[in-house]
Amino acid sequence: MEYELIICFETHVELDTKTKLFCDCPVVYNAAPNSAICPVCTGQPGALPVLNKKAVEYAVKAGLALNCRINRLSRFARKNYFYPDLPKGYQISQFELPFCEDGYLEIPGDDGQPYQVGIKRIHLEEDAGKLAHATDASTETSYSLVDYNRSSVPLLEIVTDHERNPMRSLTEAKAYLEKLRQTIKYIGISECAMEKGQLRCDVNISIREKGSEEFGNRAEVKNMSSFKFIMDALEYEIKRQKELIETGKEVKQETRLFDESKKVTRTMRSKEDAPDYRYFPDPDLLEVELDEELVGKITDSMPELPDQKLAMIIEKYNIPKNDAVTLTKDRAVSDYFIECIKTCKDNRKLANWIINDLFRYINDASISITECPVKPADMAKLINLIAKGDLTDSIGKKVLSEMYETGKDPDTIVEEKDLKPVSDDSLIEKILEEVANENPEAVAQIKAGETKPIDFMMGQVMRQTKGKANPKAVRETILKKYK
Amino acid sequence: MELCDKSAVELSGLLKKREISSRELTESVFKRIDEKEAVINAYITQTRDIALKQADEADKRFASGEETSPLNGIPVALKDNLCTRDIKTTCASKILENFVPTYNGTAIEKALSDGMVITGKTNLDEFGMGSSTENSIIGPTRNPVNTDYVTGGSSGGSAAAVASGEAIIALGTDTGGSIRQPSAYCGIAGIKPTYGRISRYGVISYASSLDQIGVLGKNAEDCAMMLNSICGHDKRDTTSAAVDKPDFTASINKGLKGVKAGLPKEYFIEGLDKGIRDSLMNAVKQMEKEGMEIEEISLPHASHAISSYYLVATAEASSNLARYDGVKYGYRAEAEADDSFMMYEDTRSRGFGSEVKRRIMLGTYVLSAGYYDAYYLKGQRIRNLIKTDFDNAFKNVDCIITPTTPCLPFKIGEKMADPLQMYLVDIYTVSLNLSGLPGMSVKCGEIDGLPAGMQIIGKAFDEEMILRVANGYEKIRV
Repeated sequence: MEYELIICFETHVELDTKTKLFCDCPVVYNAAPNSAICPVCTGQPGALPVLNKKAVEYAVKAGLALNCRINRLSRFARKNYFYPDLPKGYQISQFELPFCEDGYLEIPGDDGQPYQVGIKRIHLEEDAGKLAHATDASTETSYSLVDYNRSSVPLLEIVTDHERNPMRSLTEAKAYLEKLRQTIKYIGISECAMEKGQLRCDVNISIREKGSEEFGNRAEVKNMSSFKFIMDALEYEIKRQKELIETGKEVKQETRLFDESKKVTRTMRSKEDAPDYRYFPDPDLLEVELDEELVGKITDSMPELPDQKLAMIIEKYNIPKNDAVTLTKDRAVSDYFIECIKTCKDNRKLANWIINDLFRYINDASISITECPVKPADMAKLINLIAKGDLTDSIGKKVLSEMYETGKDPDTIVEEKDLKPVSDDSLIEKILEEVANENPEAVAQIKAGETKPIDFMMGQVMRQTKGKANPKAVRETILKKYK
Repeated sequence: MELCDKSAVELSGLLKKREISSRELTESVFKRIDEKEAVINAYITQTRDIALKQADEADKRFASGEETSPLNGIPVALKDNLCTRDIKTTCASKILENFVPTYNGTAIEKALSDGMVITGKTNLDEFGMGSSTENSIIGPTRNPVNTDYVTGGSSGGSAAAVASGEAIIALGTDTGGSIRQPSAYCGIAGIKPTYGRISRYGVISYASSLDQIGVLGKNAEDCAMMLNSICGHDKRDTTSAAVDKPDFTASINKGLKGVKAGLPKEYFIEGLDKGIRDSLMNAVKQMEKEGMEIEEISLPHASHAISSYYLVATAEASSNLARYDGVKYGYRAEAEADDSFMMYEDTRSRGFGSEVKRRIMLGTYVLSAGYYDAYYLKGQRIRNLIKTDFDNAFKNVDCIITPTTPCLPFKIGEKMADPLQMYLVDIYTVSLNLSGLPGMSVKCGEIDGLPAGMQIIGKAFDEEMILRVANGYEKIRV
């Protein structure tokens, strides 16, 4: 039997705001437990939430980037359940009237065509605290501790639509996640560092016979901490569900947990045990009205999105597509590239040098390009020197290495290290004459039409000038004099 | 007459003229507490040491000649669901028996900066849920008018404290009548301002969309004086209104002439005590003589108010009270529990009283999948209809006059076995919480030694009109 996959994601993104969603506490990582808390985010009696406007702005930005309708009236709701990391006994989330609805994110589809993955909704909610489990060695009793630093940190939940262009394969699922992360990072609302828990995904998957209109029962899988684990979980689920169907068994609608070490999923709870969250509008918060002016302002402040930037770099700066894709993967890189371009005279060479040389340095040091000691203007200067023939590629590489080490500009380095090109034609001719005198047989071969000795003679001249002669000029002189 | 029997406005004048000191006044209040508290049981926590220290500070401010608020040096009792830093705040519940807040609520903060002297934290029905101040870990508060009777509730401790001279003014909260009804039962004045007039930051929530802080005093002027201190928008409570804050004492003496008052016909029906009805109509006649214009009006959806209230209030309560789980603060059932869910169950089963549990269960049901539309949403729709009724009525009148309660104070224990009878005591008061409108109760008579209350309802944010009418009536009350 041939199957069709239906994959949907619920992605939680921790927003990069200075303060929490409903209080003034700072958003911190790796701080001492319970050092960033207050009456509001620990659910003290009598404390009330006050909405962080920046988080709303970020939600709208995400909605615009994902082509959503921005609801002019939006509402917070309480999601009621008991858990020790949830201090109020409910999470302030959204149910009816989320900030954004009905959008899409375009990815390359498996058929080679662009594919618009349907986004059902984007809403804001508060994160919960964190539990730490331990055992008392003397009594062998286990206990749990709660850290509320993360409590009420703003989360954006982005939900894809199972009815409107869901993902149909693992490759599309992966493409969606990567594009989503890239887009969120581009608009500057989250770092999306999965290892810090800033991006978390639950996935819904069902399979059905190809061509069928009915949806199969879906499994929701939780607890994957990396893209790779998400793919592992999906792969396992597809296999499991196929086996069930082929042996005439039923796929149950349920929530499953992924086991990272065994790479399998296990039942967490069945549909019948699904909790009733008793959503209702939060009476402590007013409905949020977003007027045209505010949405207009946010629209105007939107940076270029990955696709727009890619197209721009290809068309305006004449960069080959593969290089352009590499340069736009990360917004910081594309910003760096564009900053260089302002004073650079050879865009393609610039692209090559960034991708082949500069990336090696920053990757080796595992730093972001924003932390790179080579300033964009200096990078441009270096490329200009090389393009003009003032520096050979190999000297250029030496200069770049020095620039990376010291942060100095290329002119200073060339000066200090005496790497200035030998531009004096008579000096080059003099050296060439010496070389010719020492190697008469090479000269004879050149005259006889062989090309190899040309390279040999060039090498000799370059060696004697410590690489500082312009190789093109040297070659021309050789040809002129001895051919 | 002892100092503690005088009105706050009079005492404020005496303090300012330095004819008395705040220490003398505060000592007078605590002397009264010592005499009567054993029977009345108005306080859960008394703060004598704090009060005397605050009184001395207030006296120092008078001595220094600096500008002082009229509240400077006045002893005030606070309902024990208002968070006070370093002072135990229990909500009369076992679950918060030893809870000490780390912060002051906004209204408390404002009154403290105006020089209020805190006498203590007063008794209430657990979490504000009740109409008699009998549902409390410390037992019922007794009505100073006749100690066999209830004070009403839930701000019964505050009402009793003011009525007995155990405090000069008191703060309470009103979710369905919890200030106005005990004010009526104890024969004093009590105002629930418009929803949003006073910040709820620091009020331990019962039903967030209905809860409102208000004042209980000996008369309308005392209430106005206290309101001046605690009103205003608060950035920590987004539901507090960004409206101008008038001087509530400024227009209080404008008199009754020309004021148009409506009497809703739906409020004068079977079930209303005849004595209360007669007292109220006498009061109305007196006010008419002073030039007030009276007309009959209609509030057609009035009879649905109680149903709507118990859907909305319990739904919100079921969620608001979820935080009392034994994890972070308050009571935790001791450790035979195997896991956290057992611990929740034990803690909440033992920590909450029966009325609170009843309302949590009711509210949980109301919000459940499959019942939400039929109950919670329908409750909200009725709420809107009730609001519209008032909007229409207020096109023609400046205020609305009704009885505060359908029946006189009842004996302690009398209605405890019948929650429905207890709920009906709030039949005239809940619609104001549903519509957010301000209302006030003032004493309008006595039947067999028990006080009757008149409720004056105003337009949103027009507490000035209510206070003017209340004060106008108090001046001619026989």
